Amino acid sequence: MTEYEPVIGIEVHAELLTNSKMFCSCPVEFGGEPNTRTCPVCLGLPGSLPVPNRRAIEFVIRASLALNCEVKEYSDFYRKNYFYPDLPKNYQISQYDNPIGRNGWIDITVDGTVKRIGIRRVHIEEDAGKLIHASVGNESLVDYNRGGLALMEIVTEADIRSAEEAREYLVNLRAILTYIGVTNGKMEEGTLRCEPNISVRPKGTEKFGTKTELKNLNSFRAVYRGVEYEVKRQVEALQSGGRIIQETRRWDDDRGITIAMRTKEMEQEYRYFPDPDLVPMNFSAGLIEEQRSLLPELPQARKERFMKEFDLSAADAEMLTSTRAMADYYEEAVGAYPDYKGISNWIMGDFTRMLNSAGIEIDASKVKPVDLAGLLKMIADNVISGKMAKTVFEEMFNTGASPKEIVKSRGMVQVSSETELYPIIDQVISENPRIVQDFLGGKEKSFGFLVGQIMKYTQGRGNPQAVNQLLRKRLSETKG
Amino acid sequence: MELSTRTAHELHNMLVKKEVSSREITEAVLGRIEQVEGQVSAYITVTADAALAAADAADESFAKGDAPGLLTGIPVALKDNLCTKGVKTTCASKILKNFVPPYNATAIDKLANMHAVPIGKSNLDEFAMGSSTENSIFYPTKNPWNLSCVPGGSSGGAAAAVAADEAIVALGSDTGGSIRQPASFCGVVGMKPTSGRVSRYGLIAFASSLDQIGPLTKDVTDCAMVLQSISGKDPMDSICADVPVPDYLAALKDDVKGLKIGVPKEFFVQGIDSDVSAAVWKAVELLKSLGAECGEHSMPVMEYTLPAYYILAPSEASSNLARHDGVRYGFRSAQATDVDSMFQKTREEGFGPEVKQRIMIGTYALSAGYYDAYYRKAQQVRTLVRQSFEEAYSKFDVLITPTTPTVAFGLGERSGNPLEMKLTDVCTIPASLSGIPAISITCGYKNNLPIGLQIMGKHFDEETLLRVAYTFEQNTSFHKNRPALGRE
Ligand SMILES: [Zn+2]
Repeated sequence: MTEYEPVIGIEVHAELLTNSKMFCSCPVEFGGEPNTRTCPVCLGLPGSLPVPNRRAIEFVIRASLALNCEVKEYSDFYRKNYFYPDLPKNYQISQYDNPIGRNGWIDITVDGTVKRIGIRRVHIEEDAGKLIHASVGNESLVDYNRGGLALMEIVTEADIRSAEEAREYLVNLRAILTYIGVTNGKMEEGTLRCEPNISVRPKGTEKFGTKTELKNLNSFRAVYRGVEYEVKRQVEALQSGGRIIQETRRWDDDRGITIAMRTKEMEQEYRYFPDPDLVPMNFSAGLIEEQRSLLPELPQARKERFMKEFDLSAADAEMLTSTRAMADYYEEAVGAYPDYKGISNWIMGDFTRMLNSAGIEIDASKVKPVDLAGLLKMIADNVISGKMAKTVFEEMFNTGASPKEIVKSRGMVQVSSETELYPIIDQVISENPRIVQDFLGGKEKSFGFLVGQIMKYTQGRGNPQAVNQLLRKRLSETKG
Repeated sequence: MELSTRTAHELHNMLVKKEVSSREITEAVLGRIEQVEGQVSAYITVTADAALAAADAADESFAKGDAPGLLTGIPVALKDNLCTKGVKTTCASKILKNFVPPYNATAIDKLANMHAVPIGKSNLDEFAMGSSTENSIFYPTKNPWNLSCVPGGSSGGAAAAVAADEAIVALGSDTGGSIRQPASFCGVVGMKPTSGRVSRYGLIAFASSLDQIGPLTKDVTDCAMVLQSISGKDPMDSICADVPVPDYLAALKDDVKGLKIGVPKEFFVQGIDSDVSAAVWKAVELLKSLGAECGEHSMPVMEYTLPAYYILAPSEASSNLARHDGVRYGFRSAQATDVDSMFQKTREEGFGPEVKQRIMIGTYALSAGYYDAYYRKAQQVRTLVRQSFEEAYSKFDVLITPTTPTVAFGLGERSGNPLEMKLTDVCTIPASLSGIPAISITCGYKNNLPIGLQIMGKHFDEETLLRVAYTFEQNTSFHKNRPALGRE
């Protein structure tokens, strides 16, 4: 049977973090009453004219540079003409011949191998409104609040060969874009939208197969599952003598399948032409260099530095640098107390779990990096036990109080001195003569019971090491 | 002398001296409309109430001693493709028949801020596409000099209103000659300013790279006053240039000594009326006698301007007019059964034949496979036209040509012959393609119909245009003539 290989290119649309829309001064916010954030310009009313958002253009220049693209001095806006009710002018202002960025790349690592994914173009455009099909009757309504938002489109070369590569590309891309602060990259909210073009071809051949486009991939997991499903579907169709139809398919995350949305038998005719309402852009070398100078250390470089500087594994370093906020957090915490591994474990363990269930990012957490560092130091100094630390952290997470305050107010300081522990140990020994006899008779298990009793009397504050040591000492004295 | 026959500068002086009130002027103009509008049909909507309210506001402002604007208290006709807040703006199309904009065009705002008096919305060819104002869905406008003739177009209503004293001044729009050609046919002054001189915000687009708002007036001084009032950078129009606005009234000098005037022979096209040609040459001779240096010139690329224009303008129009779809405003077909049929039926029923034809031509010219042969080629012609003007302006300060090859033609005379109709724009299109300013003034008559003289200038050099036009006016009396309409 013929073996097939997938050929995948990905289009990503990222909403830019501007204060106002791409061509008017309407504010950018999430949600809100329909059609409250509109004006004659973003409603495309007769006579209205677009005026470009300078900040959006700078963001796209910055993103292009971060994605290793060429940024030429000349760039311009084109109109993409097609009729759709969510598109107020029935054309979208976009770019065509002269996108802001082109011929870039990013490197991804899959199964330990580095692979370079080409970026064909990075351009700027305006978003469309949102069609809402009314629950009663057969009316459709349109909400133009989203209409005219500044979008960046990033198109790869057809370099991607698996679902794993697709996901890895997206993880890396999102990290870069959020690092440079041009988008918040939230796939669930649709501020980062991923649309892969997928085709398969017999292994060893050059010619591309018929492609389908996938929509509605709202998480990295959905990207992986959607691509994997679609590749399998196409291969099975071809192997059983069928053919692939050029169409757009929607990923159904619950059912785990893709469903045909609309057929694109013919290449759509968009009649692109330069927008006569807008003057071409001419970027000075100074402007481009200024944007380059605003680029922070990017995720790949930071990961490598973390591995070297903090002696972390590749996996840990990648995880910690997956967002700029987390990497900044980590660096600030280890700067306060250099327990590289311990702080890394805390962030990636309990902390991340709690962030996920609270649905927030690390920079929105009440726990200050210096307080996380302080907690680790208290464990190391035997002020509290690892077990107590979990309770303390929970309160830090909920209230934002420092670990010192919490330990103090709750009286949680560890009990480890002989003067405090001996009276309790003696009481437990006298209350449990039979268990003590069992232990002395060689029943090692009984020791654990006695430790448990001591911990009970200390309300868990007993330093386990000290309790162990002092109990053994007393028991051996008893034996003697 | 009736107030409605006066110029804006005369009325401005009278208002300043408190010899007359804006209400008196406005009532006089409304009275004149009452008298002759039934014959001329210059307006789609007469806004008498808004006009009187603005007149009273102007009078109040004069009474308070506020520094008046140049057009404070002056009745202005507004072409009905300029958005007026709360007032129907139809583009003379079924598709916008009931469209009431929620905002003012920037030029309208500027006039409103100085309490100019909006007298009404003037007739035009549907979406400004045409040269006779016969393509209005409402009714054709008549030429006040001869009611069986067209007033030109597409700003035919504005030109006729000024010529018939139904407005003191007017704002029109010019894409390929839509101010200058009707100004010529109606014997008034019409100017297309430099592209970027006046904000286009609120002008309902026909062909964005060519559209420009400009004045139609009774004389050159009024033209300078209107231009002064509407010019300047606007943050709402990114094409509108950040070029300082000079004092246009100061440019009005009766002096052309030493000015270099070129007469490009290609504008005296085949089929030009010999009386038109003779009147233009006579004007050139007059300017020469006043001290200008005049020389003939050749601009061979002009041959290609008409075809290039009829690719570029429809291409842009096909995209600009896509928004009129029945979804958010304006006409929506009752025959629609789903989204696609709503688009199709609304546009099928809402647009007239001339508009549909241009949308189809433009759609074709932009299609993959034809783009290079049509749109790109036409853009290349446009570049050559610009270069040709640059070369001409290295030798001359201004260029003089006829505005149109003939005087006004009869109603219905050319509606069956689209090519002949479009040839009336052959002299005005070159300035539109190159973005330079151009003005049309009257330089003679044939069979009691005005002959237009076109003066074209360098980018943003409206001052020299005004100076030449003003000098010509000061040494002739054409601008003082009015059609006999209603006064026989
Ligand atoms: Zn808006």
